[in-house]
Amino acid sequence: MWETIIQITPHAIAFTIPLLIVSLGGLYSERSGVVNIGLEGFMVVGMFAGALTVSLLAPAMQGTAIWAGLLMATLAGAVFALLHAFACVTLNANQVISGTAINMVAGALTTYFARLITGSGNIVIPIAMPRHNLAYLADIPIIGEMLFSRAYASTLLALVILAVSAVLIYRTRFGLRLRACGENPHAADAAGINIYRMRYTAVIISGALASLGGAIFLVTIAGEYNGTAGGLGFLALAALIFGQWKPIGLLGATLFFGLASTIANVSRILPYLAHIPDIVLQTFPYVVTLLALVLFSRSSQAPKALGEPYDKGRR
Amino acid sequence: MGVVVEMDNIRKEFPGVVACDNISLELRQGEIHAILGENGAGKSTLMSVLFGLYQPDSGSIRVRGREVHIANPNAANRLGIGMVHQHFKLVSCFTVTENIILGLEPTRGMFIDTKLAAEQIKQLSDRYGLKVDPHALIADISVGMQQRVEILKMLYRNADILIFDEPTAVLTPQEVHELTKIMANLTAEGKSIFLITHKLREIKAIAQRCTVIRRGQWVGTVAVADASEETLAAMMVGRAVSFGVKKAQTKPGEKVLEIENLHVRGRGGVARVKGISFSVKRGEILGLAGVDGNGQKELVETLVGLRRADEGRILINNKEAGGLSVRERIAAGLAFIPDDRHKYGLILDFSLEENMILKSYHKQRFATQGLLNFTAIRAYAQKVISDFDVRSGRGAGALARTLSGGNQQKAILGREIDADPDLLIAVQPTRGLDVGAIEYVHRRLVEQRDSGKAVLLVSLELDEIFALSDRIAVISNGELVGIVNTDETDENEIGLMMTGLRREAVR
Ligand SMILES: Nc1ncnc2c1ncn2[C@@H]1O[C@H](COP(=O)(O)OP(=O)(O)O)[C@@H](O)[C@H]1O
Ligand SMILES: [Mg+2]
Repeated sequence: MWETIIQITPHAIAFTIPLLIVSLGGLYSERSGVVNIGLEGFMVVGMFAGALTVSLLAPAMQGTAIWAGLLMATLAGAVFALLHAFACVTLNANQVISGTAINMVAGALTTYFARLITGSGNIVIPIAMPRHNLAYLADIPIIGEMLFSRAYASTLLALVILAVSAVLIYRTRFGLRLRACGENPHAADAAGINIYRMRYTAVIISGALASLGGAIFLVTIAGEYNGTAGGLGFLALAALIFGQWKPIGLLGATLFFGLASTIANVSRILPYLAHIPDIVLQTFPYVVTLLALVLFSRSSQAPKALGEPYDKGRR
Repeated sequence: MGVVVEMDNIRKEFPGVVACDNISLELRQGEIHAILGENGAGKSTLMSVLFGLYQPDSGSIRVRGREVHIANPNAANRLGIGMVHQHFKLVSCFTVTENIILGLEPTRGMFIDTKLAAEQIKQLSDRYGLKVDPHALIADISVGMQQRVEILKMLYRNADILIFDEPTAVLTPQEVHELTKIMANLTAEGKSIFLITHKLREIKAIAQRCTVIRRGQWVGTVAVADASEETLAAMMVGRAVSFGVKKAQTKPGEKVLEIENLHVRGRGGVARVKGISFSVKRGEILGLAGVDGNGQKELVETLVGLRRADEGRILINNKEAGGLSVRERIAAGLAFIPDDRHKYGLILDFSLEENMILKSYHKQRFATQGLLNFTAIRAYAQKVISDFDVRSGRGAGALARTLSGGNQQKAILGREIDADPDLLIAVQPTRGLDVGAIEYVHRRLVEQRDSGKAVLLVSLELDEIFALSDRIAVISNGELVGIVNTDETDENEIGLMMTGLRREAVR
């Protein structure tokens, strides 16, 4: 049993990391009061930008191309997020509709460009992110073995982003103002905070991180861009609710999802799970997600002004 | 005494209304300057212009002699102007400290220095006698405390021109008393205050000068000491106001509402109404007096059908009504004017006409085969609006949110009275209203009584209870302390009964 856990943990972590980054992306946007159901779309954009960059640069740069791909994905996400921000913040559009549009446009637009540039709707990357034993960290007992041996460097990157986000949101000026915008924009406005600028910033960070998450998914698991992120963006959205819009909560939620889907995937080769019907195991992550959402949405800690366009004159 | 603020010919229009029509006024150093006007007169708008929330269409502002352009609240802050809004602008899941420093956070390195901020806030709070705990969560503290947090917000920003927008509307009498003392402390330290209100008694108690505004227009600025409450009221409303309500004697008829031994539990299963029995007859107003939170809320909710009784009977027109749904009770002749008009009275984001048919949309005259008949609805809404003098910038199509409180209340009154009920339950029907609107509501309620309806008036204001009621029932801690005829008692006796003493003991 213990051995199995040690065995499957790296797989679970690999799946958790992109999910974590994407849901952190969602966190920024939603903490500022803008719903972002476009996470899936931003992931697709990130996968596209990443795949294109890696496949173009790999011959010349080898491994460094991976990092160039992640960077390009992040930038592409930030730029694409301007669309969502413009609709939701400048035009006061319905945020759910704008997010849906993002999801639809992302797939269509990137597929179009993929065809235009490479002649095919799929971009397979020639190299993947390597796994290493991370220096020092891998030597920590138990945790080192589970998290940092044979691990992707992106794991470390994700944990750093998580830690920075937690500090940023709870300890800094930016974080306090961000949360105020999501809870009560009228209070923030009266305190002299520019709601529009805060929300633009938050949505841009959101797009950047979600696309980065998409690119990490690409270079660690997916291996190719094919116009979809397989619903991972929506899972990240669920993690956001499950994790109650808190950085540490997100870590827990995404880890849980990561474990659940890994168990579903490896169940066939684990002898003591063999007698459980396949369908139960395969649907397990989704059923659990659904149950978790039903249970958790009752005591929801969602930002109070989430989804409401800010209207200065409204009393 | 120097002049710190001069507003000159300020004009501000909203679609369909001129909220401020070339208003001029000045604030002197160290004074409390009251701004008096009915709801919708433009008081909040005028002060919001000074605070930079709105840009005036024309006119100029001078602060300490210098002409200024106040583009936003930040600019106002830099000029030392602070404002406590009618609806507080606080983040309820933040602490007191976080709310106060928001936008002006002291930092150490990259991080917010909450400790330093909390200390500064504690000092400020002590200096002005505010008794605020810097670490408390806003969600956990009383409305009165929240208001002090708003005051601290201004003081933390070193404001010395303070604007209070109807600060007493949400406070208990004790809290009002303390606020008065705080304001006196503030002016003693050299701050100057604009106090928006429509309560004449408060103006007489604390203000030195008073500017009266009526429908966006400047009516006059007077020294408070030289003006009586009657003059001020007349200036505000534009005609002489009678403070007492004229009531003819009537002969009560048969019982419309009868409750017997009613027991109700409130939130968390606590017994809130403990065996109450009384009746209300045709042609009488029964006033239910009591300190807030003594079971009035639960009793009323049970009567209108929002809550179930554990025990006891409710009869409307001699028919058992305890088991009826809300709609069935309405059909049985019950009408209801709730105290929280935003929560229970109106749907703020619906238009006025939609709000007018909330209780009758299913009737044949407004809907055929499940489709709403908008022509009939609009015609009906327009009739109620003109019958009840509801003033709205854009007529029946205006969103309920855009109306002033007094006009929202008149709209509710219109809807409920127009349904021609047998029993009218009015809870705090004049809460937050100005003298003119209060007089109007009172007149309408008496009119209902005179036309043979039964009226149950629940109010926390003894003045109101005495002005309207034929009989007064006193509730304390969920029990009925007693019922007395209004002309056989006085405020003192009722006040003592409200503490739970029986009448025999009071005498
Ligand atoms: N943001 C707004 N949009 C449209 N109309 C408004 C707005 N604010 C106030 N009004 C209207 O302007 C008038 C004055 O309102 P207000 O200044 O709030 O009055 P008061 O504070 O004296 O009760 C009212 O008729 C009100 O309906
Ligand atoms: Mg006002």
